[in-house]
Amino acid sequence: MPKEIVKHALKTALIMIAFALVGTTMLAYVYKITKTPIAASEAKARMALFRQIVPDDMHDNPLLEDVIEIAPDPLLGNRTVSHVYRARLAGEPMAVILEAIAPDGYSGDIKLLVAIRVDGTISGVRVLAHKETPGLGDYIDITHSSWIKQFDGHSLSSRAVELWKVKKDGGQFDYMAGATITPRAVVKAVHKVLEYFEIHRESLFAVEVTESEPVVAAGVAS
Amino acid sequence: MSAYKEIVGNGLWKQNPGVVQLLGLCPTLAVTTTLVNGLSLGLATALVMAASNGAVSPVRRYIPDEIRVPVFILVIAALVSVIDLSINAFALPLHQVLGIFIPLIVVNCIVLARVESFAAKNSPVPSVLDGFMMGIGLTLVLTLLGGMRELVGRGTLFSGIDLVFGPDAAQFIVTVIPDYHGFLLAILPPGAFIGLALLIASKNWVDQRKAASAKADSLPLAPVASH
Repeated sequence: MPKEIVKHALKTALIMIAFALVGTTMLAYVYKITKTPIAASEAKARMALFRQIVPDDMHDNPLLEDVIEIAPDPLLGNRTVSHVYRARLAGEPMAVILEAIAPDGYSGDIKLLVAIRVDGTISGVRVLAHKETPGLGDYIDITHSSWIKQFDGHSLSSRAVELWKVKKDGGQFDYMAGATITPRAVVKAVHKVLEYFEIHRESLFAVEVTESEPVVAAGVAS
Repeated sequence: MSAYKEIVGNGLWKQNPGVVQLLGLCPTLAVTTTLVNGLSLGLATALVMAASNGAVSPVRRYIPDEIRVPVFILVIAALVSVIDLSINAFALPLHQVLGIFIPLIVVNCIVLARVESFAAKNSPVPSVLDGFMMGIGLTLVLTLLGGMRELVGRGTLFSGIDLVFGPDAAQFIVTVIPDYHGFLLAILPPGAFIGLALLIASKNWVDQRKAASAKADSLPLAPVASH
Protein backbone atom coordinates (compact mmCIF):
# COMPACT_ATOMS: atom_id res chain seq x y z
CA MET A 1 0.00 0.00 0.00
CA PRO A 2 2.67 2.61 0.88
CA LYS A 3 4.30 1.85 -2.45
CA GLU A 4 1.20 3.13 -4.23
CA ILE A 5 1.23 6.33 -2.19
CA VAL A 6 4.90 6.95 -2.87
CA LYS A 7 4.36 6.40 -6.56
CA HIS A 8 1.43 8.80 -6.64
CA ALA A 9 3.30 11.46 -4.66
CA LEU A 10 6.32 11.15 -6.92
CA LYS A 11 4.20 11.50 -10.01
CA THR A 12 2.48 14.60 -8.62
CA ALA A 13 5.79 16.16 -7.62
CA LEU A 14 7.27 15.50 -11.04
CA ILE A 15 4.31 17.18 -12.75
CA MET A 16 4.68 20.19 -10.46
CA ILE A 17 8.40 20.36 -11.25
CA ALA A 18 7.68 20.12 -14.97
CA PHE A 19 5.28 23.07 -14.82
CA ALA A 20 7.75 25.07 -12.71
CA LEU A 21 10.51 24.32 -15.21
CA VAL A 22 8.44 25.38 -18.20
CA GLY A 23 7.30 28.56 -16.41
CA THR A 24 10.80 29.48 -15.28
CA THR A 25 12.32 28.84 -18.70
CA MET A 26 9.68 31.00 -20.36
CA LEU A 27 10.25 33.81 -17.86
CA ALA A 28 14.04 33.63 -18.15
CA TYR A 29 13.82 33.75 -21.92
CA VAL A 30 11.43 36.72 -22.02
CA TYR A 31 13.51 38.53 -19.38
CA LYS A 32 16.62 38.03 -21.50
CA ILE A 33 15.14 39.33 -24.75
CA THR A 34 13.39 42.30 -23.10
CA LYS A 35 16.29 43.40 -20.88
CA THR A 36 18.01 45.68 -23.39
CA PRO A 37 14.85 47.36 -24.77
CA ILE A 38 13.61 47.96 -21.22
CA ALA A 39 16.91 49.53 -20.13
CA ALA A 40 16.89 51.67 -23.27
CA SER A 41 13.31 52.85 -22.79
CA GLU A 42 13.91 53.60 -19.11
CA ALA A 43 16.96 55.66 -20.05
CA LYS A 44 14.88 57.46 -22.66
CA ALA A 45 12.13 58.23 -20.16
CA ARG A 46 14.69 59.47 -17.64
CA MET A 47 16.36 61.66 -20.26
CA ALA A 48 12.99 63.16 -21.20
CA LEU A 49 12.50 64.06 -17.55
CA PHE A 50 16.02 65.50 -17.25
CA ARG A 51 15.44 67.57 -20.37
CA GLN A 52 12.59 69.37 -18.59
CA ILE A 53 14.90 70.67 -15.88
CA VAL A 54 18.26 70.82 -17.67
CA PRO A 55 17.70 71.93 -21.28
CA ASP A 56 19.83 70.42 -24.01
CA ASP A 57 21.71 73.67 -24.64
CA MET A 58 23.03 73.59 -21.08
CA HIS A 59 25.19 70.51 -21.56
CA ASP A 60 26.98 68.47 -24.18
CA ASN A 61 27.90 65.44 -22.07
CA PRO A 62 25.80 62.29 -21.64
CA LEU A 63 24.00 63.08 -18.37
CA LEU A 64 23.16 59.48 -17.58
CA GLU A 65 26.82 58.47 -17.68
CA ASP A 66 28.28 61.40 -15.71
CA VAL A 67 26.86 60.16 -12.45
CA ILE A 68 28.16 59.78 -8.91
CA GLU A 69 26.65 58.02 -5.91
CA ILE A 70 25.98 59.83 -2.67
CA ALA A 71 25.79 58.03 0.66
CA PRO A 72 22.74 58.74 2.85
CA ASP A 73 22.76 62.37 3.97
CA PRO A 74 20.20 64.10 6.18
CA LEU A 75 20.11 67.11 3.86
CA LEU A 76 19.13 64.93 0.90
CA GLY A 77 16.82 62.75 2.96
CA ASN A 78 18.03 59.60 1.23
CA ARG A 79 18.24 56.40 3.23
CA THR A 80 20.02 54.45 0.51
CA VAL A 81 22.54 55.53 -2.10
CA SER A 82 21.25 58.41 -4.18
CA HIS A 83 22.53 59.63 -7.55
CA VAL A 84 23.85 62.96 -8.74
CA TYR A 85 24.06 63.66 -12.49
CA ARG A 86 26.46 66.34 -13.70
CA ALA A 87 25.83 68.57 -16.70
CA ARG A 88 28.88 70.03 -18.41
CA LEU A 89 29.32 72.24 -21.45
CA ALA A 90 32.71 71.95 -23.16
CA GLY A 91 34.04 70.43 -19.96
CA GLU A 92 32.89 73.31 -17.77
CA PRO A 93 30.48 72.42 -14.91
CA MET A 94 27.02 73.83 -15.64
CA ALA A 95 24.53 72.13 -13.34
CA VAL A 96 23.81 69.07 -11.22
CA ILE A 97 20.67 67.00 -10.89
CA LEU A 98 20.29 65.62 -7.37
CA GLU A 99 17.91 62.90 -6.26
CA ALA A 100 16.38 63.81 -2.93
CA ILE A 101 13.55 62.66 -0.69
CA ALA A 102 11.03 64.73 1.26
CA PRO A 103 10.33 62.26 4.05
CA ASP A 104 7.42 64.15 5.62
CA GLY A 105 4.76 64.11 2.91
CA TYR A 106 1.13 63.49 3.83
CA SER A 107 1.55 59.82 3.00
CA GLY A 108 5.17 58.86 2.97
CA ASP A 109 8.19 59.80 0.95
CA ILE A 110 8.08 62.24 -1.94
CA LYS A 111 10.95 61.54 -4.32
CA LEU A 112 12.33 64.64 -5.99
CA LEU A 113 14.77 65.56 -8.73
CA VAL A 114 16.35 68.96 -8.10
CA ALA A 115 18.48 70.56 -10.80
CA ILE A 116 20.80 73.32 -9.56
CA ARG A 117 22.95 75.50 -11.78
CA VAL A 118 26.57 75.98 -10.80
CA ASP A 119 25.77 79.49 -9.50
CA GLY A 120 23.36 77.99 -6.95
CA THR A 121 20.05 78.87 -8.62
CA ILE A 122 17.43 76.23 -9.23
CA SER A 123 17.05 75.17 -12.83
CA GLY A 124 14.04 73.02 -12.13
CA VAL A 125 12.39 70.62 -9.70
CA ARG A 126 10.30 67.55 -10.56
CA VAL A 127 8.51 64.96 -8.49
CA LEU A 128 9.71 61.46 -9.37
CA ALA A 129 7.30 59.51 -7.20
CA HIS A 130 4.79 60.28 -4.49
CA LYS A 131 1.81 58.75 -2.71
CA GLU A 132 -0.06 61.99 -1.92
CA THR A 133 -3.86 62.03 -2.01
CA PRO A 134 -5.15 61.96 -5.61
CA GLY A 135 -6.96 65.17 -6.47
CA LEU A 136 -5.71 66.92 -3.34
CA GLY A 137 -1.98 66.75 -2.69
CA ASP A 138 -0.94 65.62 -6.14
CA TYR A 139 -0.69 69.13 -7.59
CA ILE A 140 3.05 68.98 -6.84
CA ASP A 141 3.23 66.67 -9.86
CA ILE A 142 3.85 68.51 -13.14
CA THR A 143 1.17 66.40 -14.86
CA HIS A 144 -1.44 67.95 -12.54
CA SER A 145 -0.33 71.56 -12.18
CA SER A 146 2.63 73.83 -12.72
CA TRP A 147 3.00 74.46 -8.97
CA ILE A 148 6.46 72.87 -8.94
CA LYS A 149 7.74 75.48 -11.41
CA GLN A 150 7.71 78.27 -8.82
CA PHE A 151 11.09 77.06 -7.57
CA ASP A 152 12.71 77.89 -10.91
CA GLY A 153 15.40 80.54 -10.58
CA HIS A 154 15.40 80.67 -6.80
CA SER A 155 18.44 80.16 -4.64
CA LEU A 156 19.51 80.41 -1.02
CA SER A 157 20.23 84.12 -1.57
CA SER A 158 17.11 84.99 -3.59
CA ARG A 159 14.87 84.30 -0.64
CA ALA A 160 15.69 84.53 3.05
CA VAL A 161 15.51 81.32 5.07
CA GLU A 162 12.33 82.38 6.87
CA LEU A 163 10.62 82.93 3.51
CA TRP A 164 11.35 79.37 2.31
CA LYS A 165 7.94 78.31 3.53
CA VAL A 166 4.42 78.12 2.15
CA LYS A 167 2.43 81.35 2.45
CA LYS A 168 0.29 79.88 5.20
CA ASP A 169 3.41 79.60 7.39
CA GLY A 170 4.54 83.14 6.58
CA GLY A 171 6.71 82.21 3.61
CA GLN A 172 6.49 83.09 -0.05
CA PHE A 173 5.52 79.83 -1.73
CA ASP A 174 2.01 79.27 -3.02
CA TYR A 175 -0.04 76.30 -1.91
CA MET A 176 -3.56 75.08 -2.51
CA ALA A 177 -6.12 75.24 0.26
CA GLY A 178 -6.80 71.86 1.81
CA ALA A 179 -3.36 70.42 1.15
CA THR A 180 -0.61 72.22 3.03
CA ILE A 181 1.41 69.31 4.38
CA THR A 182 2.50 68.17 0.92
CA PRO A 183 3.88 71.52 -0.38
CA ARG A 184 5.38 72.23 3.04
CA ALA A 185 7.39 69.00 2.78
CA VAL A 186 8.53 69.78 -0.77
CA VAL A 187 9.58 73.35 0.02
CA LYS A 188 11.54 72.16 3.04
CA ALA A 189 13.25 69.40 1.07
CA VAL A 190 14.20 71.68 -1.83
CA HIS A 191 15.72 74.18 0.61
CA LYS A 192 17.75 71.42 2.23
CA VAL A 193 19.03 70.28 -1.17
CA LEU A 194 20.21 73.85 -1.81
CA GLU A 195 22.05 73.80 1.51
CA TYR A 196 23.63 70.48 0.55
CA PHE A 197 24.75 71.94 -2.76
CA GLU A 198 26.20 75.00 -1.02
CA ILE A 199 28.39 72.79 1.18
CA HIS A 200 29.43 70.29 -1.50
CA ARG A 201 29.52 72.50 -4.59
CA GLU A 202 33.17 71.88 -5.42
CA SER A 203 33.32 68.18 -4.67
CA LEU A 204 30.09 67.39 -6.54
CA PHE A 205 31.75 68.27 -9.83
CA ALA A 206 35.23 67.01 -8.94
CA VAL A 207 34.48 63.44 -7.89
CA GLU A 208 35.18 60.76 -10.48
CA VAL A 209 32.25 58.91 -12.04
CA THR A 210 31.17 56.01 -9.85
CA GLU A 211 32.11 52.89 -11.76
CA SER A 212 30.51 50.33 -9.50
CA GLU A 213 27.25 49.91 -11.34
CA PRO A 214 26.43 51.53 -14.66
CA VAL A 215 22.97 53.03 -14.31
CA VAL A 216 21.98 52.21 -17.86
CA ALA A 217 23.31 50.20 -20.73
CA ALA A 218 26.08 52.04 -22.54
CA GLY A 219 25.33 53.80 -25.77
CA VAL A 220 21.74 54.84 -25.15
CA ALA A 221 22.27 58.18 -23.47
CA SER A 222 20.70 61.26 -25.04
CA MET B 1 -23.67 28.06 -30.66
CA SER B 2 -26.01 28.67 -27.76
CA ALA B 3 -23.22 27.54 -25.43
CA TYR B 4 -21.08 30.45 -26.65
CA LYS B 5 -24.02 32.79 -26.29
CA GLU B 6 -24.39 31.67 -22.70
CA ILE B 7 -20.69 32.27 -22.01
CA VAL B 8 -21.00 35.80 -23.35
CA GLY B 9 -24.18 36.42 -21.35
CA ASN B 10 -22.61 35.09 -18.18
CA GLY B 11 -19.52 37.26 -18.53
CA LEU B 12 -21.33 40.45 -19.40
CA TRP B 13 -24.38 40.19 -17.18
CA LYS B 14 -25.53 37.08 -15.32
CA GLN B 15 -22.21 36.20 -13.68
CA ASN B 16 -20.52 39.59 -14.09
CA PRO B 17 -17.29 39.49 -12.05
CA GLY B 18 -17.61 43.09 -10.91
CA VAL B 19 -21.18 43.23 -9.64
CA VAL B 20 -22.26 39.58 -9.21
CA GLN B 21 -19.26 37.42 -8.37
CA LEU B 22 -17.60 40.32 -6.55
CA LEU B 23 -14.19 38.81 -7.09
CA GLY B 24 -11.08 40.91 -7.41
CA LEU B 25 -12.46 43.86 -5.47
CA CYS B 26 -9.02 45.12 -4.52
CA PRO B 27 -8.06 46.48 -7.96
CA THR B 28 -11.71 47.29 -8.71
CA LEU B 29 -11.86 49.69 -5.80
CA ALA B 30 -8.30 50.98 -5.84
CA VAL B 31 -7.80 51.83 -9.48
CA THR B 32 -11.15 53.25 -10.59
CA THR B 33 -10.44 56.88 -9.77
CA THR B 34 -10.90 57.88 -13.41
CA LEU B 35 -12.68 56.42 -16.42
CA VAL B 36 -9.45 55.92 -18.34
CA ASN B 37 -7.83 54.10 -15.41
CA GLY B 38 -10.78 51.74 -15.06
CA LEU B 39 -10.94 51.01 -18.77
CA SER B 40 -7.19 50.39 -19.02
CA LEU B 41 -7.02 48.00 -16.08
CA GLY B 42 -10.14 46.22 -17.33
CA LEU B 43 -8.72 45.60 -20.78
CA ALA B 44 -5.38 44.43 -19.38
CA THR B 45 -7.23 42.02 -17.08
CA ALA B 46 -9.33 40.71 -19.98
CA LEU B 47 -6.15 39.96 -21.92
CA VAL B 48 -4.58 38.11 -18.99
CA MET B 49 -7.78 36.15 -18.34
CA ALA B 50 -8.11 35.04 -21.96
CA ALA B 51 -4.42 34.07 -22.01
CA SER B 52 -4.47 32.17 -18.71
CA ASN B 53 -7.69 30.31 -19.56
CA GLY B 54 -6.21 29.47 -22.94
CA ALA B 55 -2.97 28.24 -21.37
CA VAL B 56 -4.58 26.01 -18.74
CA SER B 57 -7.37 24.46 -20.80
CA PRO B 58 -5.21 22.39 -23.22
CA VAL B 59 -3.17 20.84 -20.39
CA ARG B 60 -6.05 20.42 -17.93
CA ARG B 61 -5.99 16.61 -18.15
CA TYR B 62 -2.35 16.46 -17.02
CA ILE B 63 -2.85 18.50 -13.87
CA PRO B 64 -3.59 16.31 -10.83
CA ASP B 65 -6.35 17.61 -8.59
CA GLU B 66 -4.11 17.92 -5.51
CA ILE B 67 -1.73 20.42 -7.07
CA ARG B 68 -4.06 22.24 -9.44
CA VAL B 69 -4.10 25.51 -7.49
CA PRO B 70 -0.30 25.93 -7.27
CA VAL B 71 -0.02 25.03 -10.94
CA PHE B 72 -2.70 27.57 -11.88
CA ILE B 73 -1.02 30.28 -9.82
CA LEU B 74 2.31 29.45 -11.43
CA VAL B 75 0.83 29.70 -14.91
CA ILE B 76 -0.95 32.99 -14.16
CA ALA B 77 2.08 34.57 -12.49
CA ALA B 78 4.38 33.55 -15.33
CA LEU B 79 1.94 34.85 -17.95
CA VAL B 80 1.44 38.17 -16.21
CA SER B 81 5.19 38.66 -15.84
CA VAL B 82 5.72 37.87 -19.51
CA ILE B 83 3.01 40.35 -20.53
CA ASP B 84 4.41 42.96 -18.14
CA LEU B 85 7.95 42.60 -19.50
CA SER B 86 6.79 42.61 -23.11
CA ILE B 87 4.68 45.74 -22.73
CA ASN B 88 7.54 47.44 -20.90
CA ALA B 89 9.97 46.60 -23.67
CA PHE B 90 7.84 47.14 -26.74
CA ALA B 91 5.09 49.59 -25.75
CA LEU B 92 6.62 51.96 -23.24
CA PRO B 93 3.89 54.66 -23.27
CA LEU B 94 1.29 52.00 -22.51
CA HIS B 95 3.48 50.64 -19.75
CA GLN B 96 3.78 54.03 -18.09
CA VAL B 97 0.01 54.03 -17.69
CA LEU B 98 -0.71 50.36 -17.03
CA GLY B 99 2.62 49.57 -15.42
CA ILE B 100 1.44 49.75 -11.84
CA PHE B 101 -1.76 47.84 -12.62
CA ILE B 102 -0.35 44.83 -14.43
CA PRO B 103 1.33 43.24 -11.37
CA LEU B 104 -1.97 43.86 -9.55
CA ILE B 105 -3.67 41.45 -11.94
CA VAL B 106 -1.75 38.53 -10.40
CA VAL B 107 -3.49 39.09 -7.09
CA ASN B 108 -6.88 39.50 -8.75
CA CYS B 109 -8.66 36.31 -7.72
CA ILE B 110 -11.11 36.52 -10.63
CA VAL B 111 -8.33 35.24 -12.89
CA LEU B 112 -7.74 32.17 -10.71
CA ALA B 113 -11.48 31.71 -10.25
CA ARG B 114 -12.16 31.46 -13.99
CA VAL B 115 -9.22 29.11 -14.55
CA GLU B 116 -10.40 26.87 -11.71
CA SER B 117 -14.12 26.91 -12.46
CA PHE B 118 -14.09 27.06 -16.26
CA ALA B 119 -10.80 26.41 -18.05
CA ALA B 120 -10.06 23.34 -15.91
CA LYS B 121 -13.28 21.71 -17.16
CA ASN B 122 -13.72 22.95 -20.74
CA SER B 123 -11.94 22.83 -24.07
CA PRO B 124 -9.65 25.70 -25.18
CA VAL B 125 -11.95 27.74 -27.44
CA PRO B 126 -14.82 28.20 -24.97
CA SER B 127 -12.22 28.76 -22.23
CA VAL B 128 -10.54 31.63 -24.04
CA LEU B 129 -13.94 33.12 -24.80
CA ASP B 130 -15.00 32.77 -21.16
CA GLY B 131 -11.82 34.45 -19.90
CA PHE B 132 -12.16 37.27 -22.37
CA MET B 133 -15.88 37.89 -21.83
CA MET B 134 -15.48 37.79 -18.05
CA GLY B 135 -12.70 40.33 -18.49
CA ILE B 136 -14.91 42.52 -20.67
CA GLY B 137 -17.70 42.24 -18.09
CA LEU B 138 -15.26 43.45 -15.46
CA THR B 139 -14.09 46.20 -17.82
CA LEU B 140 -17.67 47.48 -18.14
CA VAL B 141 -18.01 47.75 -14.37
CA LEU B 142 -14.57 49.34 -13.93
CA THR B 143 -15.26 51.88 -16.67
CA LEU B 144 -18.68 52.79 -15.29
CA LEU B 145 -17.35 53.05 -11.75
CA GLY B 146 -14.33 55.06 -12.89
CA GLY B 147 -16.54 57.37 -14.93
CA MET B 148 -18.94 57.92 -12.01
CA ARG B 149 -16.15 58.67 -9.56
CA GLU B 150 -14.34 60.96 -11.97
CA LEU B 151 -17.52 62.86 -12.84
CA VAL B 152 -18.56 63.39 -9.24
CA GLY B 153 -15.05 63.77 -7.85
CA ARG B 154 -13.48 66.07 -10.43
CA GLY B 155 -16.22 67.11 -12.83
CA THR B 156 -14.34 65.74 -15.85
CA LEU B 157 -14.39 62.65 -18.06
CA PHE B 158 -11.53 60.94 -19.89
CA SER B 159 -8.80 62.78 -17.94
CA GLY B 160 -5.51 60.96 -18.39
CA ILE B 161 -6.42 59.84 -21.91
CA ASP B 162 -3.37 61.76 -23.14
CA LEU B 163 -1.19 59.34 -21.19
CA VAL B 164 -2.59 56.43 -23.20
CA PHE B 165 -2.89 57.95 -26.66
CA GLY B 166 -0.22 60.67 -26.55
CA PRO B 167 -0.44 64.41 -25.82
CA ASP B 168 -2.71 65.04 -28.83
CA ALA B 169 -5.51 63.09 -27.20
CA ALA B 170 -5.72 65.69 -24.43
CA GLN B 171 -8.43 67.43 -26.50
CA PHE B 172 -10.78 64.53 -25.73
CA ILE B 173 -10.84 65.38 -22.03
CA VAL B 174 -14.35 66.60 -21.29
CA THR B 175 -14.89 69.12 -18.55
CA VAL B 176 -18.49 68.36 -17.70
CA ILE B 177 -18.81 70.78 -14.83
CA PRO B 178 -16.69 73.89 -15.42
CA ASP B 179 -15.05 75.58 -12.43
CA TYR B 180 -15.77 72.55 -10.26
CA HIS B 181 -14.01 72.39 -6.93
CA GLY B 182 -14.10 68.64 -6.68
CA PHE B 183 -15.86 66.27 -4.33
CA LEU B 184 -13.02 64.39 -2.71
CA LEU B 185 -15.15 61.63 -1.20
CA ALA B 186 -15.81 60.18 -4.64
CA ILE B 187 -12.08 59.91 -5.38
CA LEU B 188 -11.15 58.41 -2.01
CA PRO B 189 -11.83 54.73 -1.15
CA PRO B 190 -15.32 55.34 0.35
CA GLY B 191 -16.42 56.69 -3.01
CA ALA B 192 -15.39 53.38 -4.58
CA PHE B 193 -17.52 51.39 -2.14
CA ILE B 194 -20.54 53.68 -2.52
CA GLY B 195 -20.22 53.68 -6.32
CA LEU B 196 -19.93 49.90 -6.47
CA ALA B 197 -22.93 49.53 -4.17
CA LEU B 198 -24.98 51.75 -6.49
CA LEU B 199 -23.96 49.65 -9.50
CA ILE B 200 -24.85 46.38 -7.75
CA ALA B 201 -28.19 47.83 -6.66
CA SER B 202 -28.99 49.01 -10.20
CA LYS B 203 -28.13 45.60 -11.64
CA ASN B 204 -30.38 43.87 -9.11
CA TRP B 205 -33.15 46.40 -9.73
CA VAL B 206 -33.07 45.71 -13.48
CA ASP B 207 -33.08 41.95 -12.83
CA GLN B 208 -36.05 42.21 -10.47
CA ARG B 209 -38.03 44.33 -12.91
CA LYS B 210 -37.31 41.78 -15.61
CA ALA B 211 -38.32 38.89 -13.38
CA ALA B 212 -41.50 40.68 -12.34
CA SER B 213 -42.54 41.42 -15.91
CA ALA B 214 -41.72 37.85 -16.96
CA LYS B 215 -43.94 36.57 -14.17
CA ALA B 216 -46.75 38.88 -15.22
CA ASP B 217 -46.35 37.71 -18.83
CA SER B 218 -46.59 34.06 -17.87
CA LEU B 219 -49.92 34.58 -16.13
CA PRO B 220 -51.74 36.69 -18.68
CA LEU B 221 -55.13 35.01 -18.37
CA ALA B 222 -55.61 34.90 -14.64
CA PRO B 223 -54.27 38.11 -13.15
CA VAL B 224 -57.01 38.29 -10.52
CA ALA B 225 -56.72 34.72 -9.39
CA SER B 226 -53.04 34.92 -8.79
CA HIS B 227 -53.38 36.14 -5.23
